[in-house]
Amino acid sequence: MSVTVRAAVNGEERALTGHPMARLLDVLRESLELTGTKEGCGEGECGACTVLFDGEPVLSCLVPLFQCDERQIETVEGLAEAPRARAFLDRFVAAGGVQCGACTPGIIVTAWALLEREARPDVEAVRDALAGNLCRCTGYEGILRALAVDAGADETEEAAR
Amino acid sequence: MSAAAFSPRSLDAAVAALAADPGLLPIAGCTDLMVADPLRRLAMERVLDLTRIPELAGIREVEGAVEIGAATTFRALGDSPLVRDLFPALAEAARVVGGWQIQNRATLGGNVANASPAGDSLPVLLALDAALVLAGPAGTRALPYGEFHLGYRKTALAPGELVARVRLPRPAPGTVQAFRKVGTREAQSISKVVVALAARVEGGAIAEIHLAAGSVAPVPVRLRAAEAAAAGRSLGAETAERVAAAAAGEIKPIDDVRSSADYRRFVLGRVVRRMLLDIGAAGAAGGAA
Amino acid sequence: MRTDTPTSEVRSGPGPIGTSPPRPDGLAKVTGAAVFADDLVLPGLWFGATLRSPHAHARIAALRFDPARAPEGTVAVTARDLPGPNGVQLIDDEWPVLADGVVRHVGEAVALVAAPTRIAARQALAAFTVEYEPLPAVLTMAEAAAAEAPPLATVEIAYGDVEAALAAADVVVEGTYRTGHQEHIYIECQAMTAWEEDGVLVAAGSMQCPYYVHKSLVHAFGLPANRVRVRATAVGGGFGGKEDYPSLIALHAALLARAAGRPVRLAYDRHEDIVATTKRHPAEVRHRTGLRRDGTLTAVDVEVLLDGGAYRTLSSVVLSRAALHAGGPYRCPHVRVRGRVLATHTAPNSAFRGFGAPQTQFAMERQMDRAARALGLDPYTIRARNVAGPGDELPTGQVLDESAGGRLCLEEVERRTGFTARWRELERERAFRLGDGSVRFGDGAEGRKPARGVGLSLYFHGAGFTGNGERRMRSPVAARLLADGRIEVLTAMTDMGQGCAAVFPQIAAAAAGVGAEDLVFAEPDTAEVPDSGPTVASRTTMIVGGAIASAVGELRRRVDEWLAARGETPGAFRAAAARYVAAGEPAEVEVRHEPPEGQQFDDERYQGAAYPTFSWGADVAEVEVDPDTFAVHPVRVTAVCEVGRAIHPRLCAGQVEGGTLQAVGWALLEEVKLADGRYLNDRLATYIIPTVRDTPRIDVHLLERPWAGGPFGAKGMGELPMDGGAPAVAQAVENATGLEIDELPITPERLYERDRDGRRVGG
Repeated sequence: MSVTVRAAVNGEERALTGHPMARLLDVLRESLELTGTKEGCGEGECGACTVLFDGEPVLSCLVPLFQCDERQIETVEGLAEAPRARAFLDRFVAAGGVQCGACTPGIIVTAWALLEREARPDVEAVRDALAGNLCRCTGYEGILRALAVDAGADETEEAAR
Repeated sequence: MSAAAFSPRSLDAAVAALAADPGLLPIAGCTDLMVADPLRRLAMERVLDLTRIPELAGIREVEGAVEIGAATTFRALGDSPLVRDLFPALAEAARVVGGWQIQNRATLGGNVANASPAGDSLPVLLALDAALVLAGPAGTRALPYGEFHLGYRKTALAPGELVARVRLPRPAPGTVQAFRKVGTREAQSISKVVVALAARVEGGAIAEIHLAAGSVAPVPVRLRAAEAAAAGRSLGAETAERVAAAAAGEIKPIDDVRSSADYRRFVLGRVVRRMLLDIGAAGAAGGAA
Repeated sequence: MRTDTPTSEVRSGPGPIGTSPPRPDGLAKVTGAAVFADDLVLPGLWFGATLRSPHAHARIAALRFDPARAPEGTVAVTARDLPGPNGVQLIDDEWPVLADGVVRHVGEAVALVAAPTRIAARQALAAFTVEYEPLPAVLTMAEAAAAEAPPLATVEIAYGDVEAALAAADVVVEGTYRTGHQEHIYIECQAMTAWEEDGVLVAAGSMQCPYYVHKSLVHAFGLPANRVRVRATAVGGGFGGKEDYPSLIALHAALLARAAGRPVRLAYDRHEDIVATTKRHPAEVRHRTGLRRDGTLTAVDVEVLLDGGAYRTLSSVVLSRAALHAGGPYRCPHVRVRGRVLATHTAPNSAFRGFGAPQTQFAMERQMDRAARALGLDPYTIRARNVAGPGDELPTGQVLDESAGGRLCLEEVERRTGFTARWRELERERAFRLGDGSVRFGDGAEGRKPARGVGLSLYFHGAGFTGNGERRMRSPVAARLLADGRIEVLTAMTDMGQGCAAVFPQIAAAAAGVGAEDLVFAEPDTAEVPDSGPTVASRTTMIVGGAIASAVGELRRRVDEWLAARGETPGAFRAAAARYVAAGEPAEVEVRHEPPEGQQFDDERYQGAAYPTFSWGADVAEVEVDPDTFAVHPVRVTAVCEVGRAIHPRLCAGQVEGGTLQAVGWALLEEVKLADGRYLNDRLATYIIPTVRDTPRIDVHLLERPWAGGPFGAKGMGELPMDGGAPAVAQAVENATGLEIDELPITPERLYERDRDGRRVGG
């Protein structure tokens, strides 16, 4: 059996058809070929599949398709196109927030949601926001440097020069 | 049986749908359900969405109590000034249920109905003397939360019934609350032991105390022996030790992949002891409220 | 992160050596555009699934596939369908592609299916019927040792006369140290797609070593090398876990693709990835150490046992590196290391960042701490007394070169953290709380204040392959001038996050004296690039980077000489190079890494230079231990690492940051739990790695003593930080609690049991 829901994906109205309990993650990756959203565990533990659901970060591996009707969904591809995201994305790379890149889209989406609510978060706020996003490469230092005002980014920028 | 996915916009419609098709699976945040193996997940073809029902949303004050809609997310719970003010232990529990993304989806009603012994909010509901408002074909009924969990993942929900609201009585003046989750790590973790406390202190003595724990038995439990050991005692190190020993003595936890029975018993005692010492210290500093 | 080398200004593109331009793959990764293994879109793609053994050890009495019970069109493959030898070609080919007649670990691949969708493939597994006859299983190292089965590998290093030196020592200290499995948890699970294209078998996916995969496909399918093509996609983390396993999954995908006559993808879910793929070897390391009263080492006797799991895979070389690092970064005249890899009926253990060295250096560092306590010394003093430096000899007879920076690291980390004073203060504080040891840690806590502790570790890591690995491989890189005058560089290295995509252009630009716009880097595709070896062993920057520098330098020299011969003055390189190419001059060069003449190693006797050089480090960890729960929170780790030269300091420090956290996770949280050979925690909800909340602030200081053998002085360093975190954290926990730590992970349960049982350190 399948259902069809209407949802705005990255601002574009889409009719999405599939099993009611299909994972939003699979619909994005397979039906819409939006492969920026990653699967890291499929069990709601790693945060790699984070998308914005009516503006709130959620795990797309835990969202069934039929709950997406009339919702606004934003993926990393959508955020990346927002002109005001560019400086943030550049800073994220420059600070060493990216290594292998598999956790990165989920972290970018969660971090973006945080920055929308709090433009200059401190380390504690960043840790709160990102506690559901696992990274295995960076030790989170580069991510904190990119996001938190008190993470010592200035010193390290200097060293990088 | 034909497949169906309903997303009703009223509680009556939800109850009616469930009455018409008792096989419908009520779902909300899906943070536990969607973890299932894909073949099992795709076998769930008849589902009832509870996330768009106004009666299940919101937190409101009623006579002598606060009612929390079952579909209230933990994020909303943790952010609610009313909850933080009146039920700080619940607000605290809400903030340690998974990461931000999980808190945005997981609901209080889901935590209750899912009936996992490790549900972080459940001992708090026990300690705060919560009641559940259940909605079913015969209307609504209230059930003390302590009578809801019948066994491992078994509940007192009658066929066709839904958890509609959680009712928390306004705490009496002088009530202090505490919550502690001991998890497998510092965030995004499943609990090894959860402890919640609500106590009324009068003149340096424990006038009334509710202690509850999770992950130490097939269902969240009140620590009755510990409560009895505490009742009427003056606060202090001696009482703390005594109550802790009673708590550790009355539970029968198990070894599992997250922890050991021995450690759970030990840490439960330690957490209970610490809570009582903290209440005592706050009381001595005149800070208890 | 700071470096002590003055750095010059930032440029766009591959900046000068020692600057940190944005990594070239960064923007694609933050925007979701980077294409990982499971992101490849191919027309007609089917999906595979793997039938796995539920038994640790069993005979397969019968294996049947009933097509009527599977979705229509499903293809199935068993060991009987293999076109050639049933072995994954690594060092040898003893690891079966598919179990044939017997299974030797839970999760071993028994059969494969492919179907049009992922779900259909899963459903098709139910169409197999397998009759297993369970056999006795050996599940732990203790059982393996008791069974006295032949080991998978052995090693012995003998230097001086250990027994005589132990007999003559002022003090002899003994200790046994245990560490457990560690699962890689790269965030991207293993995935591979295979298909046939114009008579060529193609495999594309997530891997560290395209030519390992290539070799295994050539071997198992009996194809000529030019009829197999392997491409690496973006690699979502490796850490050693994508060194050998991708060969197996590529074989599986290729078997299915051939059977189905169309592209087939195998993409593991997390559960399957944890159950089936390789892990870090559990280790048991026994020490007997002789010392003089002043703390000088006189004898080090080590026995190393590793749990190899069911198949040898890379265990022999892991053991080799484990043994070569077992004496730690110390000078000692009499050393003996004996090592064995024991077989158990568990999934094979293989490469994981550090490759055996973290296990043996954890043991050595703990043993140094135990010796220090026995002698009344502090952790700094005993290390400073024994650290090996330039001119000192290691147990293989290797003489350390001028760049040996262990003492520098030790002194620098002490200077930055004030470790020794802090350690002493916390020792006194603990003695005050816990008295002479009669008070338990849990009872001696003051209020709810967590107990603080600090710990120090000193470590080193051999950069590049062990022994004659590089000499045997003589791995080439190629560079050529394109018609437009740009230089194209071709290597088989994959960027799994470590950043060769940024570092190679920096090296090439500096070596050729050109800008970013003058360089092109070929994708790691065996149809295009030469076999420049695997992306492992901290060899990428040092060995391959060095060969790149030579290759592009040679092209530059040719162009310059050509210009000079024509009496032209050098102008813009690109224009000149384009004219050089147009003139039909030789525009391609292949450079093979040649180890220096002096670097000789005797594989049989373990004598000589085991590594071209070593990178060095010293860590100070500060922890808090909760007196109620015994949970350890790592607050800060200061890591001082000597890396030769940091080509890209940001990425270099990033390796230290990430490696340090992997070590801290291994020390405190990560534990594979097995019962009857089955994984109890094959999920990320139960196999616990650090979140950002469990993570210390990691303060990295890079020390640079350029090493003559590496490009612009760089040494390999990607694995180095894995060696230091665990022993530093362990000592910090001892400092805080007084509880003896000789086993990882240091879980609250384990600490509680030690407190209950009175397992305290002296003093």
